[in-house]
Amino acid sequence: METINYQNFRIEAENICVDYNGKVALYDANLRLKPGQICGLVGMNGAGKTTFFNALTGFVNISKGKIRINGESVRSAQKDQTIAYVPQNEGIDSQFPISVWDVVMMGRYGSMNIFRSPRESDVQAVKDAIERVDLTDHLSTPIGNLSGGQRKRTFLARAIAQRASILLLDEPFSGVDIRTEKLISELFIQFKNEGKTILLSTHDMIHVREFCDLVLLINKTVVAYGETSEVFTPENITTTFGGISPDFLFGPES
Amino acid sequence: MEFCSFLTLDSFITDPLTHDFMRKALLMSSLVAAVCGFLSSYLTLKGWALMGDAVSHSVMPGVVVAYALGLPFSLGAFIFGVGSVALIGFIKQKSRVKEDTVIGLVFTGFFALGIVLVSKIKSNIDLHSILFGSPLGISLSDVKQTILISLLVVILLSIFRKDLMLYCFDPRHAKTVGINVFFLHYLLLTCLSLAAVVGLQSVGIILVVAMLITPGATAYLLTDKFDNMTLISVLSAIISSLIGIYVSFWFDLETGGSIVLAQTFIFLFAFLFAPRYGIFKLRKLFVGYK
Repeated sequence: METINYQNFRIEAENICVDYNGKVALYDANLRLKPGQICGLVGMNGAGKTTFFNALTGFVNISKGKIRINGESVRSAQKDQTIAYVPQNEGIDSQFPISVWDVVMMGRYGSMNIFRSPRESDVQAVKDAIERVDLTDHLSTPIGNLSGGQRKRTFLARAIAQRASILLLDEPFSGVDIRTEKLISELFIQFKNEGKTILLSTHDMIHVREFCDLVLLINKTVVAYGETSEVFTPENITTTFGGISPDFLFGPES
Repeated sequence: MEFCSFLTLDSFITDPLTHDFMRKALLMSSLVAAVCGFLSSYLTLKGWALMGDAVSHSVMPGVVVAYALGLPFSLGAFIFGVGSVALIGFIKQKSRVKEDTVIGLVFTGFFALGIVLVSKIKSNIDLHSILFGSPLGISLSDVKQTILISLLVVILLSIFRKDLMLYCFDPRHAKTVGINVFFLHYLLLTCLSLAAVVGLQSVGIILVVAMLITPGATAYLLTDKFDNMTLISVLSAIISSLIGIYVSFWFDLETGGSIVLAQTFIFLFAFLFAPRYGIFKLRKLFVGYK
């Protein structure tokens, strides 16, 4: 087991910009996260949340700025299996002919040989991961036959099997059942204790207060960033959501 | 009597085999079908049907130029196939025109160029065999080329089978764990161009896209496992080729068209009667549908 230095930054993004064919999706965004921190990424649709994730995973190139993962480049983070990405349910083709086992095994691909033939250790990692998300009864179930919550857990298991130290989760709580929600929150606490760094995007303000040590409010750029208790104020949220009152977002009782 | 011999299944199958050109046609078409069928599962899952259509039409000028220059026609076809995709990508990026429009205008442009070239270059190019295929008149050098290309595609697809599946399923994850997505994208395109080249000998440029999508679509309706999908796709492609060639032999029909029609009928059968995804869900009748 590698020792974790809790003082070093896991993620350092400095003034990053991303544009798609000249259209700016994100500019001057900064983020610094240490091991064991959970950060909520909050913003409207089109505010650049997914773009931020894409920049961190290297799926899109940044046009300006710098990203360091564990002090190294995004490219070496990819090679080291440092980052795992858990997509939103809408982001994947649920009709793809593939079983739970095969999806979770994909978490191991990056560390396998060119034919991606699983070793004993890969099989064990996949088994353990599936057990942790409580899907052992569904090993060979095609993902198309799973519920939304089960499918979400499958992709979480893939991230666990990958043994990544950074988890990026796109809307982990959207469209899941109560049981899955409870399981995910338990896993978050375990991940935190294991020293993993978690960045999750969410629409649900209650989850931010519940899990996130830090919050990053974005609207094409960083509106506010810091400890949840300090930054997650009605004023900041209103600014982030372009003037919509937090009452509307939280519901009248909060 | 002709009529009597026709009635026995035995001679229906064995009679054509006495002809050298028929044995060759059956063998080569099965090989081509297997290659296209293998690739087909990836193309249908990736949603590249239109791309397949584009690439297969765009190889036309390449075939003509290669024939005129005495080069292997696969080389010309390959260059124009990949070139068309590069051009589609370029125009899409540099203009506001939507992707499907760009694909449509690029491949028709290439195809038209091919037709114009055929009329200008007065060589012994048989336009009909390029457009509609000529599995019965395949030459020895074509046989060698086809075997070589087919082997190459099968080897590439076999080596990168799982990576390509991941690329079709979740390219973002592939990228995140350090798999070269750019390489996989062009690998799939290369295989597509090569498969189009061998496929056009069987059914011709116009119909080769059917070889690249129909078997995959049929298999997709019949299974939820990727490996089974590939297997079913390959088998249905081979069976269609055999049926198509036999039927065209006995009833004197256009061979390429017959092969594709056989594929279409197999698809329709799956569409209607597939156990889980068919209209009538046969499974319901036998085991009770869950």
